[in-house]
Amino acid sequence: MAALHFHNLTLGYDRHPAVHHLSGEVAPGALVAVIGPNGAGKSTLLRGIVGILKPLDGTIHLGGLDARDIAYLPQSAEIDRSFPISVFDFIGTGLWRGTGLFGGIGKASRDKILRAIASVGLSGFENRPIGTLSGGQMQRVLFARVLLQDASLIVLDEPFNAIDGKTTTDLLALVKRWHSEGRTVLAALHDMEMVRNHFTETLVLARGPVAWGPTAEVLTPENLLVAMRMCEAFDDSAAACAADDVGSRAA
Amino acid sequence: MLYDALIGPFTEFEFMRRALAAVIALALAGAPIGVFLMLRRMSLVGDAMAHAILPGAAIGFLLSGLNLFAMTAGGLIAGFAVAILAGVVARSTGLKEDASLATFYLASLALGVTIVSIKGTNIDLLHVLFGNILAMDDQTLLVVAFNATVTLLVLAVIYRPLVIESVDPLFLRTVSRAGGPAHLAFLALVVINLVNGFQALGTLLAVGLMILPAGIARFWSRDLTAMICIAVIAAGVSGYAGLVLSFQTRVPSGPAIILVATVLYIVSILFGRVGGIVRQLFPGRHLEA
Repeated sequence: MAALHFHNLTLGYDRHPAVHHLSGEVAPGALVAVIGPNGAGKSTLLRGIVGILKPLDGTIHLGGLDARDIAYLPQSAEIDRSFPISVFDFIGTGLWRGTGLFGGIGKASRDKILRAIASVGLSGFENRPIGTLSGGQMQRVLFARVLLQDASLIVLDEPFNAIDGKTTTDLLALVKRWHSEGRTVLAALHDMEMVRNHFTETLVLARGPVAWGPTAEVLTPENLLVAMRMCEAFDDSAAACAADDVGSRAA
Repeated sequence: MLYDALIGPFTEFEFMRRALAAVIALALAGAPIGVFLMLRRMSLVGDAMAHAILPGAAIGFLLSGLNLFAMTAGGLIAGFAVAILAGVVARSTGLKEDASLATFYLASLALGVTIVSIKGTNIDLLHVLFGNILAMDDQTLLVVAFNATVTLLVLAVIYRPLVIESVDPLFLRTVSRAGGPAHLAFLALVVINLVNGFQALGTLLAVGLMILPAGIARFWSRDLTAMICIAVIAAGVSGYAGLVLSFQTRVPSGPAIILVATVLYIVSILFGRVGGIVRQLFPGRHLEA
């Protein structure tokens, strides 16, 4: 069974589609890069998968996954960095699935949190308030939290933006580790070199799907050109989409 | 001499003992709520809600005179009504929540003052606007203590989602549905504590014993638990010192309590360990790493 199944999926805002008529499926354990120009609908698609955005039309099947089996790293997290919380506590929130509202954080959980902190190279930062971290360190913190979430589907929205080479290498190693553990990983990316070298499957998105398949076949200059030509502006006077099947329009 | 000034009033007069008990209850419950209001950038929301309580309390007053039970119930109903209406208007029209709340609380304040003026005297109005902690009877004190207890229990229940929602609301939304209920429960706690403070400090100052201690705590710690403890202590000290000040000088008790808190706040701004002005002017030599 597929980890993710899109059926004629349309996602958007105020009836304007940002992802238009996407169908297809992601196999369990796949490592998928989602690429496309700004405004192509990459973030929108990921938000739809996570369940923050309800589809305008069509469906997303999660293959029996609970919303809590998904770990989501948004592009611009709405994190209040001035809130007085330590790196340790912040990363510890990744254990929510196990602890819930009242579950205690025992010795085993503490060790888990410390191991997660160590595996993103932040040992020694446990008691620092998150407000004192640099951008790259904060991204490491967010990856550590994703690590603790122990999710079978991991969704990363442009995780390497404004991150230096060393940090990118470290975090990319984590992504590959998740892949080797059999987790399904979807990442919105801009670095074609990285996609070519590390991601097995690629979806080129330009509101509608341009191409989807093994990276080597999909990542062609022609496909990228088609994607780049996409017009970003919403058409305010756009008519209702006629490509919908009659049944859903009647509904 | 010192004993007479600082402890004498409380051993001698029962109304002072009641006032002290009330102020401690207010400090224990209100200060943690204030810390969260501040950290969630809702300080002025608290203030607006305080005004929103007035018409409810006024209707309670209209129906049953200066019966604090009726006024408390009325205040709770009005507070929740305004909070929910403002939320609904904001969500269904795209008006920002603060603007929507501002209109509702202004209307509430006008309505409340009107109702009190129609039925009561100017003295009643003063009582409603500024409270009178020295006039606590046993029943009122029990209500205050009960509300404080409920506040602490509910806060313990919603603490974790409330903290996570304050730091990273999107994350909480992806792992749990507790965010919305926690936020609503928190708003309810704000209203309950405003009604509580309303007995002692009146509509206009009720929020003072919540926000000022939180502001003080911000200057002394970067840790949430420590901030809450500092805020509770600051509120308690302000309450006690305010009562003594009021007893010795005939400054009205509510304003006296808030004025003491203000002095503590100014001291914190100047000398606070975290971002205090003096500390910023004389930071010492920079460190090696």
